[in-house]
Amino acid sequence: MANIISDETIEYVGILAKLELSDEEKEQAKHDIGRMLDYVDKLNELDTSGVEPLSHVFPVNNVFREDVVTNEDEREKILANAPAEKDGAFKVPKTVE
Amino acid sequence: MVSDFDAAGTAYEKGNEDMQLTDLTALELGRKIKEKEVSVREAVQASLDRIAQADGALGGFVTVDEQGALARADEVQKGIESGQYNGALAGVPVAVKDNICTEGLKTTCSSKILYNFVPTYSAEAVLNLQRAGAVILGKTNMDEFAMGSTTETSAFGPTRNPWNLEHVPGGSSGGSCAAVAACEAPYALGSDTGGSIRQPASFCGVTGLKPTYGTVSRYGLVAYGSSLDQIGPIAKDVSDCAAILEVIASYDKKDSTSIDRRELDFTSALADDVKGLRVGIPSDYLGEGLDDEVRAAVMKVADVLREKGAVVEEFDLSLVEYAIPAYYVIASAEASSNLARFDGVKYGYRAKDYEGLHNMYKKSRSEGFGEEVKRRIMLGSFVLSSGYYDAYYLKALRTKALIKQSFDRAFEKYDVILAPASPTTAPKLGESLSDPLKMYLGDIYTISVNLAGLPGISVPVCTDRAGLPIGVQLIGDCFKEKKIIRAAYAYEQARGRFSSPELAACEKKLVSAAKEVG
Repeated sequence: MANIISDETIEYVGILAKLELSDEEKEQAKHDIGRMLDYVDKLNELDTSGVEPLSHVFPVNNVFREDVVTNEDEREKILANAPAEKDGAFKVPKTVE
Repeated sequence: MVSDFDAAGTAYEKGNEDMQLTDLTALELGRKIKEKEVSVREAVQASLDRIAQADGALGGFVTVDEQGALARADEVQKGIESGQYNGALAGVPVAVKDNICTEGLKTTCSSKILYNFVPTYSAEAVLNLQRAGAVILGKTNMDEFAMGSTTETSAFGPTRNPWNLEHVPGGSSGGSCAAVAACEAPYALGSDTGGSIRQPASFCGVTGLKPTYGTVSRYGLVAYGSSLDQIGPIAKDVSDCAAILEVIASYDKKDSTSIDRRELDFTSALADDVKGLRVGIPSDYLGEGLDDEVRAAVMKVADVLREKGAVVEEFDLSLVEYAIPAYYVIASAEASSNLARFDGVKYGYRAKDYEGLHNMYKKSRSEGFGEEVKRRIMLGSFVLSSGYYDAYYLKALRTKALIKQSFDRAFEKYDVILAPASPTTAPKLGESLSDPLKMYLGDIYTISVNLAGLPGISVPVCTDRAGLPIGVQLIGDCFKEKKIIRAAYAYEQARGRFSSPELAACEKKLVSAAKEVG
């Protein structure tokens, strides 16, 4: 395997991805990502100098509209899906010490 | 509710005595409803009975909405009688993939993290169906968040292939394809990010169409790879697919990538006429890794089209081997961003024990997502991280541009590209997940179509030695759905109906398996 993923990298990616992996999962992830990157390195065979990255196949333009509310008050329906709610709001653990 | 198949009470008396209501195509059923030979309730009940009888063994559905469907059936019946619904699909029941939002009906993406999520709105494609008088039977199983090619990564257990229950139905729209193949639903909606309609359609012996990117609104489709995702129809034949696409395609301001297309009359392309149609077969699709029987099926379709007056030849598409690595970088990157919204705050699963907000996010996500989803989120976060963004993400987008150019060149010479849908027929359950990279390689013929935004249709051709269906794919240039519909329809006219004899055998298997399970 040409791409060796370090423990630090997996820790860092875990922070970015907001995932808490067990030690076993971390080892697996190191192996999987390394193996995928070895495969992805195949792209380096291609000369892409001067080629613009293509994010959308068709030209995408900003779509503007007046900022008017078109939906009704759906607070009750939306909160029905919340794992926890309080006083008509989503309830989360304390965020500020 | 498991009843004996012969006594299911859905036998359709007029005409062919062996013909069941559930054997009909969506358009055939729609016609009978229109002509008042069948009521909407009878049609819906026939599907529900079939689901009750077969789905224990098949696992095609995550949620069956029996009460909702029957109530809606009566409402649609009234609407048909009053003239409110007069389209070809009015009253015909439909199954919807579980990543497409349905107001008031649980939508899980086959993930623990959305195990109890009830959308407050419906996807635009679903609304379009409902405006045409559709009745939703329930939500179909899929690979978790559409990540997978076998429907085995579902948090609620795998779907099985109705042709042989030891085999996978393909994925990620495996539940939708299996449900249509097993006659549980006359038609279904699926979604296709890298082949997720076309590959399972091929494995299950049904017809599946992925439209040009931007044709069907993505509003209400739970996003995986937003620049690649499209909703499309899965049905028993090409005519159904064209008619369904005509209903679900629409310009939608709520989807910023929706395209205002003028001509959406896809059924007008249903003509048995391919004289002079230029068909190209990429010779670089026919090499190593392609099963001989699948190659023979592609050639069989080529022969039929040639006999009908098409000009068929092989050509070099080029860059074929770069599509999969580019796709997995792009799709994983978009997934890592799209799936950031699942954090245990607004909906779905929240971990029980945690310390503080960040720990709650992390634990909810780690416990709520399955292995394959976490793998792709990790890879996506990595390729987007500073220091790697240029080398991986931008490199993949540059490769995507080159792949698009090679298709542009091909469509200067050809109207339609004929290709395999998958290198093999359906593998057995448990054979694919042990080696993710190997599973990814199975998407080689479908993935580049998404990268280039093209339309593609998968049509069943025959079965292999083991009795499993083989499908082939017809790919068109952007906005040229009508050309692939016409080519597929012309082939289908020569092939004839693809269902009854083989499915009859499968029905017996399903019933006995259902009895074992039940």
